[in-house]
Amino acid sequence: MKLHAIGRSGGLSQPVIGRITTALLASEALRRDSVLFWKATAPPLDTAGYLAVLTPHKNPAWQTSSPLVHSLSHLDYLSDGDVVHVSRDGFVRTLYRKDSQHNFILFTDQCNSYCLMCSQPPKPIDDSHRLGEHYRLIDLIDVNTAALGITGGEPTLFADDFIRFVDYCKARLPNTALHILTNGRMFYYRRFAEQLGQIAHFDLMLGIPLYSDIDSEHDFIVQAKGSFEETVIGFHHLGRYNIPIEIRIVVHKQTYKRLPQLAVFISRNFPFAAHVALMGLELTGFTNQNMDQLWIDPHDYQPELLQAVEILSWSGLHVSIYNHQLCVLDPTLWPYARKSISDWKNSYAEECNACLRKEQCGGFFQSGLQKRSAFISPIQTPARKSGPT
Amino acid sequence: MNQNRFSQRESYQPSVGYRFLPFQFMQFDTDRKILVNEVGEYLFLENSVFEDFVGRTLNSSSNAYLDLKGRHFLFDSSAAAPFELLATKYRTKRAFLAGFTKLHIFVVSLRCEHSCHYCQVSRVSADRTLYDMSAETARRALDLVFRSPAPNLKIEFQGGEPLLNYERIVQIVNEARDRAHVTGRQVQFVITTNLALATDEILTFCHDNNVVLSTSLDGPAFIHNKNRPRSGNNSYELTLQNLQRAREILGFDQIAAIMTTTRLSLLHPREIVDEYVSQGFQSIFLRALSPYGFAVKTVKSIGYSTDEFLTFYKAALDYIIELNLNGTHLVETYAQILLTRILTPFTTGYVDLQSPSGAGIGVAVYNYDGDVYASDESRMLAEMGDLQFKLGNVHSDSYADIFGGELVRSIVTSSCVESMPGCTDCAFQSFCGADPIFNYATQGDMVGHTPTSDFHKKNFFIIKYLLTRYEADPEIRKLFWAWVHNTPLNQFQPHEVTA
Repeated sequence: MKLHAIGRSGGLSQPVIGRITTALLASEALRRDSVLFWKATAPPLDTAGYLAVLTPHKNPAWQTSSPLVHSLSHLDYLSDGDVVHVSRDGFVRTLYRKDSQHNFILFTDQCNSYCLMCSQPPKPIDDSHRLGEHYRLIDLIDVNTAALGITGGEPTLFADDFIRFVDYCKARLPNTALHILTNGRMFYYRRFAEQLGQIAHFDLMLGIPLYSDIDSEHDFIVQAKGSFEETVIGFHHLGRYNIPIEIRIVVHKQTYKRLPQLAVFISRNFPFAAHVALMGLELTGFTNQNMDQLWIDPHDYQPELLQAVEILSWSGLHVSIYNHQLCVLDPTLWPYARKSISDWKNSYAEECNACLRKEQCGGFFQSGLQKRSAFISPIQTPARKSGPT
Repeated sequence: MNQNRFSQRESYQPSVGYRFLPFQFMQFDTDRKILVNEVGEYLFLENSVFEDFVGRTLNSSSNAYLDLKGRHFLFDSSAAAPFELLATKYRTKRAFLAGFTKLHIFVVSLRCEHSCHYCQVSRVSADRTLYDMSAETARRALDLVFRSPAPNLKIEFQGGEPLLNYERIVQIVNEARDRAHVTGRQVQFVITTNLALATDEILTFCHDNNVVLSTSLDGPAFIHNKNRPRSGNNSYELTLQNLQRAREILGFDQIAAIMTTTRLSLLHPREIVDEYVSQGFQSIFLRALSPYGFAVKTVKSIGYSTDEFLTFYKAALDYIIELNLNGTHLVETYAQILLTRILTPFTTGYVDLQSPSGAGIGVAVYNYDGDVYASDESRMLAEMGDLQFKLGNVHSDSYADIFGGELVRSIVTSSCVESMPGCTDCAFQSFCGADPIFNYATQGDMVGHTPTSDFHKKNFFIIKYLLTRYEADPEIRKLFWAWVHNTPLNQFQPHEVTA
């Protein structure tokens, strides 16, 4: 699934962000926030007052009262309530899909870390102007949205603006859980953790990576000296203000050896963590450049992974394994495996069609099909009912 | 793209040497030392690696070095994290101190219709005026209970047989509940009872007021009735009959049982454990006699040495472990307490194994006559005629006198294992605690002489045994964790894929 498309445009005087409607709207007030997505061959009748009119048709001979963007392919999935950004040149980005469980806001491209396996490499540009877009998106999305992610880059680099934004989400989206991916380093400043805590968001989780129990190892992996210090002290500040944290560990050649020790470290120092996620490598971004340093067949780290999961789980922590194919995981670990890959970048290999566990398996990142475990093979034992054996 | 934008691992390595963080150590077996730090994290090191470590020649890229660093036995930079983390862990381990005295024991009657050989305090008497707590004494005691700053209080009724003064229990439960409501606190109630007098009326009252019961079961009938004589010699039958009724009314898991080991018990570890299993209990607390205050004749008939007790404990524990591995869920409570202290960053609320001791600052006993004692053992000592640990009386002394007086202070300063000779450098220090009353009773002073102390001998043996079993066998590791969480082994981990 592609979340963007290039169309042809004339007449857009400025970029717009609007809510998709596929049917004509009577209310003028609603039209002011809406982008009409028109698939029928017959032209829409009354197109006055929309932010824009989008259509997959090529060069339709339509007279529209709102700016028309045409020749848009790959956007057939758009439906009522989705939110899109349309540039003046006709570039359409899908910012939000009402029916997806995987909506997120890419808060900023800036980051103060430079992780060896970053899937979303940072850009050292001032993109603070995007804040306005984020607020606009929050205004437009469905009030019953179950969950929304905030990611980056490093969202907390916006400091007070980040805090205000979370506060705004709480007020505008009283039914929406927020899951924020951050390196946690800003919470080294206790006052910052306190400010976030004071918002008292009803369902907020910070996903924060920790790659080693040893400071120099973590610092090497995130390529930032002192980041271990900031992150772990940040954990305690977040714990103090009862802000739920999810500790995220990407398993690769530089982290797998000390996974059991990292598990002990977490269980002893951060027993208040709400969740620990052990994640497979996503083969995109910087990972491709550092492949030799990072790639290890997941089959080869099963003993360490199993030990780590047992240590964490026995100590009482909630543990999940993300981004792993069941056939590569030790069967003892299957209960911990989650279908974690966002729908728009998820896919399966050809041999998966013969697998009896495909339904339960998270499959691959699309990017992960090129380089994969040598142990991918269809599982032939059917799933049993859940419960004690 | 330019690879050089990424720095090599070497540029993140510490440049200075390493320094030690506080820890204790000892030879664990022939080849290994055990090292334990102040927050209870432990590591085993081969002797030669230990020599390198303490000689400051350990290679900073070795696994042992990284393990020691990750578990806060050494630090090698000016970073604050090791100290911040240790400080939080230390506070967590000392959380039992917060809130001050939380457990308040009310001896509502010293009378009992049993005459157990190992009980030094009870009286078989019909005279209520002499041995029962009065309404006024109960009220005054509650005044003190609610002077405690603890947000969560626990009131335990003991005796004698507390049900012989049931009306006092009703009064205390009702008044304590009202006072808790007014002062915004939580209060839990436990009655320690032999169940012989537990009528449906009493059990219904317990059910309606969330009062849980703790009873005694020493084993099968031939042991139980021998240990716990009463007229009719039917303690076992009566206990089980009323246990069933209590489970029906209060709920199956609302009644726990404890056992006391006598000379007779020593020969029957399996029979005792089997009895607990067949009565449906999920836990058993293998308790030794309080080894003081008995007449010589009594010692001969029911007493034993600590070595004999430990042989019994080990046999019973081994059998319990075996049962669990074969699918029967039964937790040994003392092992559970120690394992929680060894394996987790948390503490336990068990007042008899703390540093400083829980006597006075974790628990207080209000005797039937209004005397206040620092612990249950303190008032047993008093019944033997030694009033050393009497903190005061509810009718004549203030809260400040009783809980802030010289006696409580000296109990605290005499019971910190961190500074007690023989404990201060013990590797098991952070798993253990002190019992100044035991030391006083057996060795003549509160600090005592650790190398010859039975308290030391017992805890040292059990801690070492638990560690040995834990380290040797992955199945037992999992079982011990299941015990920490009070969960049956077969329900301890998820078994199938969840979507």
